[in-house]
Amino acid sequence: MRRLVELAAPLLLIALLLGAWEWACRAWQVPSYFLASPSAIGAALVADAPGLTKAAWYTVSNALLALLIASLLAQALALTVTLSPILERAVQPLTVVLQVTPVIAIAPLVNIWAGTDHPGRAIVALATIVAFFPIYSGAVTGLRAVDPDLMRLFDLYGASRLQRLARLRAPSAVPFVLEGHKVAAGLAIVGAVVAEFVAGSGKVQGLAWRILDAGYRLQTARMFAALFVLGAMGAVLYALLQAAERAGLRWWRGR
Amino acid sequence: MIAALRNVGVDYPRGTALGPFGLEIGAGEIVALVGPSGCGKSTALRLLAGLEAPTRGEVVRAAGRGETAVVFQAPTLAPWLSARANAALPLELAGAPRAAAVQRADVALARVGLAGAEQARPAQLSGGMAMRVSLARALVTEPKLLLLDEPFAALDEITRRALADDVLTLWAEIRPAIVFVTHNVEEAVYMASRVVVMTRGPGRTAGEVAVAGPLPRPPGHRTTEAFRSTVEAVSQALAEGMAA
Repeated sequence: MRRLVELAAPLLLIALLLGAWEWACRAWQVPSYFLASPSAIGAALVADAPGLTKAAWYTVSNALLALLIASLLAQALALTVTLSPILERAVQPLTVVLQVTPVIAIAPLVNIWAGTDHPGRAIVALATIVAFFPIYSGAVTGLRAVDPDLMRLFDLYGASRLQRLARLRAPSAVPFVLEGHKVAAGLAIVGAVVAEFVAGSGKVQGLAWRILDAGYRLQTARMFAALFVLGAMGAVLYALLQAAERAGLRWWRGR
Repeated sequence: MIAALRNVGVDYPRGTALGPFGLEIGAGEIVALVGPSGCGKSTALRLLAGLEAPTRGEVVRAAGRGETAVVFQAPTLAPWLSARANAALPLELAGAPRAAAVQRADVALARVGLAGAEQARPAQLSGGMAMRVSLARALVTEPKLLLLDEPFAALDEITRRALADDVLTLWAEIRPAIVFVTHNVEEAVYMASRVVVMTRGPGRTAGEVAVAGPLPRPPGHRTTEAFRSTVEAVSQALAEGMAA
């Protein structure tokens, strides 16, 4: 019974808020271009379903491609700098500067480089940049977070540099790298959406473009519908990566 | 003689940690190092293991690489490896073929009473079992010198007594020289044939007490008069070392 209440509580609150929203829109006759009522948003969701699905796939596929590229680059760089402390020092200021610069500020530049004919490239590149750091810093931290006594044990048995990296540092980093991917997935979506906004042309038919397009036409219900899909997509992706992280940790720890 | 520290001293940036200190370990003997916290017991052990170099003095190690093993205070197992793979690690790092390493790891695990738990991961083991895996990993190379750094400090009394007996049984089979660090006087007297008492840090030798009686210990050994009086003598030396 208690569990049922716990499950129902958030749903009930959402239903209540939606009800109040609907009632307010009707009672005060709010213009639909200013605030669409939940029923109008629902209708827009249904009417736009095929287009929204396509747009969502466009955005999420770019984000996933970016996540894959970021994952490979970040782990490769992390491994490389682990082998050379000098290289790590050399790379560090660059990575920090790139990390603290807002992605929206670099987006116009990347757009030019990618070429206006290839907005997809700019989107993937920008999403890759933002997804890179959580994985990179997770991997670097993890590669260093080795139990010092285990390190001594490897010293005692005369382990080589490669053995140390492959059999001690890399496996120790796994939990940190998994966590990094979870954070990076959410950021990749953010990066993709920001890049779509900046690209802003009819060639980019992602969710951000849908929001902009509906906004230009003052079709607020369609804006909300696209926003809803974006939020749901992000939540699903996060849940998937969290499940992947749990499964990964279970495999790593054996329970 | 299997290993010796001759007039060694170790300085850390924050001060002298050990010495001047001397210790000679004969083949197959069990020596307990007892002393107050911060006296440099663990530093002395790391010198014997070759994990650290002394600032002054000389370290003599007759046991070569692969013939010295260390068990730390925590089990220090790799969580991503099974008990078997953890125990096989020293052999694999030395380049032994996997099949041979696994076979010897299974023998070592059986020796510490973990037959059947080869596939278990450290997270699935109790503290005592994890410590046994750590012991199996140390024994898998059949070392000539086994160094134990407060190996049972984190365990409950029953488990630590059981493990003390197991270590003595294993010693009787393989006959390595054992040096172990502890601040538990009873444990030192129970397990060792010789107890070296250290002063407050930087540690010097405060005294040495020979322990009579058969090893492994017969049941009821802790209640014998000889045991009690030796514990008393070590405690006395420890108290004098604290004051010195």
